[in-house]
Amino acid sequence: MRPWLLRTAPALFGVLVLIVWEGAVRVLHIPPYLFPGPIAIVGAFVSDPVGLLGSLLSTLIVTFVALAVAAILGLAMAIAVEVSALARAVVQPWAVILQVTPIVAIAPLIIVLVGEPFVSLVVCATIVAFFPVFATTAAGLASAPPELRDLFRLYGGGRWRTLRLLRLPAAVPYFLSGLRISGGLALVGAVVAEFVAGSGGFASGLAYRILEAGYRLEIPRMFAALVLLALAGIAINLGLGGLERLVMRARGGA
Amino acid sequence: MLRLSGIGRRFPNGTEALRDVALDIADGDFLALLGPSGCGKSTLLRLIAGLDQPDAGRLEWRDGHPPQPGEIGFVFQDATLLPWATAEENVFLPLRLRGFDAARGMAEARAGLARVGLAGFEHVLPRALSGGMRMRVSIARALVTRPNLLLMDEPFAALDEFTRHRLQADLLTLWRDLGCTVVFVTHSIYEASFLARRIVLMSPRPGRIVREIASSLTPAPETRLDPAYAALVAEVTRAMEAALGA
Repeated sequence: MRPWLLRTAPALFGVLVLIVWEGAVRVLHIPPYLFPGPIAIVGAFVSDPVGLLGSLLSTLIVTFVALAVAAILGLAMAIAVEVSALARAVVQPWAVILQVTPIVAIAPLIIVLVGEPFVSLVVCATIVAFFPVFATTAAGLASAPPELRDLFRLYGGGRWRTLRLLRLPAAVPYFLSGLRISGGLALVGAVVAEFVAGSGGFASGLAYRILEAGYRLEIPRMFAALVLLALAGIAINLGLGGLERLVMRARGGA
Repeated sequence: MLRLSGIGRRFPNGTEALRDVALDIADGDFLALLGPSGCGKSTLLRLIAGLDQPDAGRLEWRDGHPPQPGEIGFVFQDATLLPWATAEENVFLPLRLRGFDAARGMAEARAGLARVGLAGFEHVLPRALSGGMRMRVSIARALVTRPNLLLMDEPFAALDEFTRHRLQADLLTLWRDLGCTVVFVTHSIYEASFLARRIVLMSPRPGRIVREIASSLTPAPETRLDPAYAALVAEVTRAMEAALGA
């Protein structure tokens, strides 16, 4: 297999799917309000790019605020769990409960309880994004080899010096890969919360555009919003993956 | 420097790692703990380091109290360097944990690297170093606090034979220059015979000391070709086989 073919194969396959899709829609005379072709979807985007991109921005703001909160909380909780057996006993089961509870089920409750629409969306997205970054960071803090921990003991390193000089640096790669998973989940959490909040809440996110377009039978516009959402997810994943590689290269791998 | 008497250690899983171990370690000595896997030699080293506590017996230090952090250097089987830190940062670590300021500590670390033949590698990360060089960094790290007692747990076991020979010879030079006491755990008869002034033979299940052999060889690289070295290896081999066969 030639390397250039392997590198371009995903894009070529995507283009092929789009051509077949557009061809099928035209040949079979499928009306755009049932299933639009790619050209109609692009058309819907071009006819109102500001509205859709504005909604995307709104969703992304929720996503990134939630991701930041989840990262800080996850890191703090992971440290607490690592340094204190009591904290571990208290936090661990609740973290798992939070993780296994479907956000769709508790989002209405949160939206009602919190009241303020933006904050409630952030809370929902944070709940979804919290667990991966917490669990991976906790694993990373515990990942330092026993010999190195012995070495720190031998020189009277103490708990906080050991944390700062050994456990936290050892946890960096774990934290970053957890952050990448959490990034995708924060977007999912934000969109789910927007769906649940619907028009009654913070009516500006992409999920709201999807609902709105669905009610109005503007199916190409709905698809355009979906495509934007998918692209945002890919961008978040690539961005955080790039951050991970950058940091790891700066540390010389390992 | 240290007297051990009646030392016993049983792990929570019931394994009796050490039974009734008695040993005198004199200042400036180079002592090898030699034995097969599971004879408790590493456990004994950890007890001396204070990383583990005995269930029976006593450790009596000549000073009357256990050593302060930094008075003991420890070299593990793996180099166990911080992978994200440069060679000099790794050597600086013990001083940093003792609260040294960076300027003075780093100068000490660079001198330490030079002492083990790694001048010019100060800013290299461990992964860019060979196994032998990583072990040199590890030795420099153990020596940077100027310990009276250097404990080494099969430090050269993972290295190839040529690298091992060079490191053994360099270790002897360091020992002569620094005048510290060395307790060296190994499962190699050749290594124990080449390095040590005193070879302590240990046997497993339960781990105990079975014999001790003194060496009168000159601690120098040429010793490897000395017929007296071959004779010592033969003596230690016979003694070890007798101990394990019994």
